[in-house]
Amino acid sequence: MTITIERICMRGNLSLRILVAILVIIAVLFIGIPLGALLLRVPPALLLVSLQDPVVLDALFLSLLTASISTGIVIGFGTPIAYINARCQYPGKKIIDTITDLPVVLPPAVAGLALLMAFGRRGLVGQYLNLMGIDIAFTTIAVIMAQVFVASPFYIRQARTSFAGINRVYEHAARTLGASPLTTFFSVTVPLAMTGILSGAVMTFARALGEFGATIMFAGNLQGKTQTMPLAIYGALQGDMDSSLALAVILVIISFAVIIVIKILTEKEEAVS
Amino acid sequence: MIDIAVKKVLRDFTLDVNILMPEGGTLVLLGENGAGKSTILNLVAGLMAPDTGHIRIGGDTFVDTATRTCIPAESRGTGYVFQDYALFPHMTVYDNIAYGLRIRHIPRDAIDARVRELAGPLDLLPVCEEKAGSLSGGQRQRVALLRALAVQPKCLLLDEPFSALDVRTQVQVRQELKGILAAAKVPAIMVTHDLRDAIALGDRICLMEQGKIVLCGDADTILQKGKHPFIDQFFIGTCKKEKDNTG
Repeated sequence: MTITIERICMRGNLSLRILVAILVIIAVLFIGIPLGALLLRVPPALLLVSLQDPVVLDALFLSLLTASISTGIVIGFGTPIAYINARCQYPGKKIIDTITDLPVVLPPAVAGLALLMAFGRRGLVGQYLNLMGIDIAFTTIAVIMAQVFVASPFYIRQARTSFAGINRVYEHAARTLGASPLTTFFSVTVPLAMTGILSGAVMTFARALGEFGATIMFAGNLQGKTQTMPLAIYGALQGDMDSSLALAVILVIISFAVIIVIKILTEKEEAVS
Repeated sequence: MIDIAVKKVLRDFTLDVNILMPEGGTLVLLGENGAGKSTILNLVAGLMAPDTGHIRIGGDTFVDTATRTCIPAESRGTGYVFQDYALFPHMTVYDNIAYGLRIRHIPRDAIDARVRELAGPLDLLPVCEEKAGSLSGGQRQRVALLRALAVQPKCLLLDEPFSALDVRTQVQVRQELKGILAAAKVPAIMVTHDLRDAIALGDRICLMEQGKIVLCGDADTILQKGKHPFIDQFFIGTCKKEKDNTG
């Protein structure tokens, strides 16, 4: 009896359910088919052969190195900014918030051009650096700067949200027990915000690894020096398609790993709370 | 000695209190929620600063606006038991109790001995390695109390220490706390809205309303009908019982 009534109740929703199912299938296929096509074109043997190609190896090494350094810089500078913006009220806070968020919506090509106008040989700051014999544009440092510029909001936003979500009473408890503000921050605040900090750092690393537009504008495309994986994919597309495909598959694998890490971290936090 | 004379403008009223207990002991701040009781604890702990006035505990001046003295929270040596206990959720029970001792760079052996000495009598040794979040209300209350006592505070601050407990546990923990306070021999300030807590533990009870002390004295002085509606409401049940008995 109950089953029949349930069926009758569900019948009204049936058309809606079918519509939602179709939308979900289309969306999944839209993302899944291109990824599948890419993976199918690169059998494991080809991936291994391509990994011995100097272009691929140089790009892989440079990407991992620059993305790691960029992530470190973003954590170093971004953590205090995120904490202060989560906890304190000060004049100009909204402006600082907007500026730190801006690179998320700024087209990477515009970011690259802006960096060139600032730190290029004839740029606003670059002309003075040039006088001191310091050249930034079209160097590995430029790659790192482009990555930091584009990827920093991913960390700062996530860390800010995590810090804001921590009940201040834990920090107060630490202070009354004798911990200085800095000790409180490292022994209580950071561990409690760790999930957010880590997922922000992982997102930043992934964004830095995939950076293309700003890098090619500001750092150029020089193998072993500024040619990161996305740039090598673009470069190899003109000639050696296999290298391009192998690099693309490596990036897909890293992206999958990033999403899985974030999912694990988020689930862990949900389980704790 | 407890000497608190502070003024602070709050959102809804001005906190203006003057309390002097030369003999120390346990001071209870009694009153409805939002009377400014917890603000006094935060002022003593150094988590807030008064607009004017001074706070002296024992021989130490924690804050005095006249001489522009203000000792930071971490140097005041208070032991604060927060209303929801504020146990660090990422640490074990042991690490929670040991936190203040580690901050003071006490040797590991001494920390271990101190934690065991405190946790043993309250049956907390078996749960020492568990995360604070997995404990029962009564256990969390005890851990919070031990964490505050571990550092041998100059003053113990207790914010509604029984409010998160069920009635049966409240009676038990109240007795425990009475024993602990007597043994610790440190001045204590307890905030509560429950007259039973105040009567059981307070050497001096101050009834607060809108940031002011409206009634102050020992348990016998406070516990008289007709002195204040807040006190009278606790007699309602008793009166009804008396009536039922005589009728």
